[in-house]
Amino acid sequence: MSGAILEVRDLCKYFPMGKSGWRGAGQEWLKAVDGVSFDLHPGQTLGLVGESGCGKSTCARTIVGLYPPTAGTIRFNGNDLGSLSPRGWAPYRRKIQMIFQDPFASLDPRQTVGSILTEPMAIHKLGKPRDRRLRSMQLLEAVGLNPRHLYRYPHEFSGGQRQRIGIARALALEPEVIICDEPVSALDVSIQAQVINLLGELQQQFNLAYLFIAHDLAVVRHICHRVAVMYLGRVVEVADRDTLFANPSHPYTRSLLSAVPHVDPEVESVRQRIVLRGDVPSPLDPPSGCTFHPRCPERDQVSGDRCSVEVPILQGSGSGDQQRTCHLDT
Amino acid sequence: MALLDVNDLRVRFETHHGTVRAVDGVSFSLDAGETLGLVGESGSGKSVTNLGIMGLVPSPPGVVEAGHVLLEGRDLVQMSDAQLRGVRGNEVAMIFQDPMTSLNPLLTVERQLTEVLELHRNMTRAEARRAAAKGLDEVGIPEPERRLEQYPHELSGGMRQRVMIAMGLLCEPKLLLADEPTTALDVTIQAQILELMKDLQERRGTAIILVTHDLGVVAGMADRVHVMYAGRLVETGPIGSLFKDPRHPYTRGLLQSVPRLTGDPDVALDSIPGQPPDLAALPPGCSFAPRCSFAKPTCELDQPALDRIDSQDTRSSACFETQNLPGESHQ
Repeated sequence: MSGAILEVRDLCKYFPMGKSGWRGAGQEWLKAVDGVSFDLHPGQTLGLVGESGCGKSTCARTIVGLYPPTAGTIRFNGNDLGSLSPRGWAPYRRKIQMIFQDPFASLDPRQTVGSILTEPMAIHKLGKPRDRRLRSMQLLEAVGLNPRHLYRYPHEFSGGQRQRIGIARALALEPEVIICDEPVSALDVSIQAQVINLLGELQQQFNLAYLFIAHDLAVVRHICHRVAVMYLGRVVEVADRDTLFANPSHPYTRSLLSAVPHVDPEVESVRQRIVLRGDVPSPLDPPSGCTFHPRCPERDQVSGDRCSVEVPILQGSGSGDQQRTCHLDT
Repeated sequence: MALLDVNDLRVRFETHHGTVRAVDGVSFSLDAGETLGLVGESGSGKSVTNLGIMGLVPSPPGVVEAGHVLLEGRDLVQMSDAQLRGVRGNEVAMIFQDPMTSLNPLLTVERQLTEVLELHRNMTRAEARRAAAKGLDEVGIPEPERRLEQYPHELSGGMRQRVMIAMGLLCEPKLLLADEPTTALDVTIQAQILELMKDLQERRGTAIILVTHDLGVVAGMADRVHVMYAGRLVETGPIGSLFKDPRHPYTRGLLQSVPRLTGDPDVALDSIPGQPPDLAALPPGCSFAPRCSFAKPTCELDQPALDRIDSQDTRSSACFETQNLPGESHQ
């Protein structure tokens, strides 16, 4: 598709698990990501949502090259990244950066903020040392921190401030795509709002494309333009934000949305929740057919055993470019 | 008489950064069958308040400096350890946030459940096992007999939290302290657990103190809310009127900074400027004043007391400017 800065097609990432059978003949695979496709456009945010274990973080890590993909293609500006050697990756790594969830674990406690920010520039041989320091100061200012804090260590900052340092580090190499893996879920609400607003401002300022991974749907609604919902390694629904939240078309999206508590006691007292039965099945042994069928509240509306036999494909469902994987009639 | 009366509870921690007053004069009462939501951000003292009620403040470095926790008139703070052991798990039970670390990985589900029954109810092993199986069944765990044989690692997160709840409810406590009971869970599992807690409360009339940072969870569960900031209660009131018309600038900021599923998503969120305060070096006046957009210079002189602010005597706010805040929904 034209105009996309990042094109992901049929991405799969399987992890080898214990072997079974005679001399390990039966290798078992954990299909963490199983055929995920999407496009990301400059200046846009695509949300990737789902519950723990649905493969959203694995998806992110595969895209930035932390895991080699099992199958599928990842194209950045038309160049296939999946086949690259680690050395070949280097120029693209600059363009695709990542912000991590835990602002405590993702910063080296023994490096000063200045060295955290200048290190990537030094590795990519950008500018002279003085230019790098100057740029770090500008970055700190851009993320709302005091540029004079360059020589402080991460432990001197609060969680929200550290997440800002993580964002400044991601910006240091002038990326075009930033993969945000739950960037605000470890933060308190008052600080979370600051960081969400900051991410929005930076996107406009630098025309960044975000792949925004989150489990909090209210946060996703605030920051994303388009949203893909994942369940057990697959995208089950993808749509524009407004369409998805106003008119979710996959039964899983519907129950996910209905499970989110509203910050309004009046709404909460009358609201009907769709409470799903049971837990998310193990990705080691996913259910046959549609992987959601054992928990699906709307399964009895599909005749016969189609849901448990036939794997539904991602296809258009009604309005615009909303797509879902479901056997229900639209 | 109220079921629980907490009176001027003060807990401090001696750290190498100085003295931290984690809970600084908290008072409230709770009736049987009532759910109280205790909300606030990390470090606001909500969990330590719960630990203080249970007599579980780690010491050292923690010290319960002052205060009374009256459960049906008996002061838990004055009780000996032996007396407290008769209350904990029996009359007052606690559910922790992380069901992975709060279950013993070396014991089967059966042993963890039967222990309280043998201790508090003098049941035999066989009786306790039957009661434990019934308890698991009540919290919606299928095949309870088989689950009893299993170890915590064999259960999913939602299952483990159900086991925790079953354990908490086995002795039919009068008071359940739930500390972020669903924070570690996914939303669909959270919805299951919250429904379960509500259902059990209706059937047994248990009073619940629900500690959480999630304002949505509180909105759906609590009858009354207490908002904490820097170790103090800053606003209290019935859930409906407090959410509709918050009268403390911090509560207001908190409610405005939550992203919601309704409203215009393209409008930037209102955030509270600045950072949460350093508890070892609190400002002398109102702790929220440095971040407060309504603060006057005089706010930094004295600490505001938690005062009644309505004629029905249901709401309180600890703010000098409460009466001067612009009205929100009741114009």
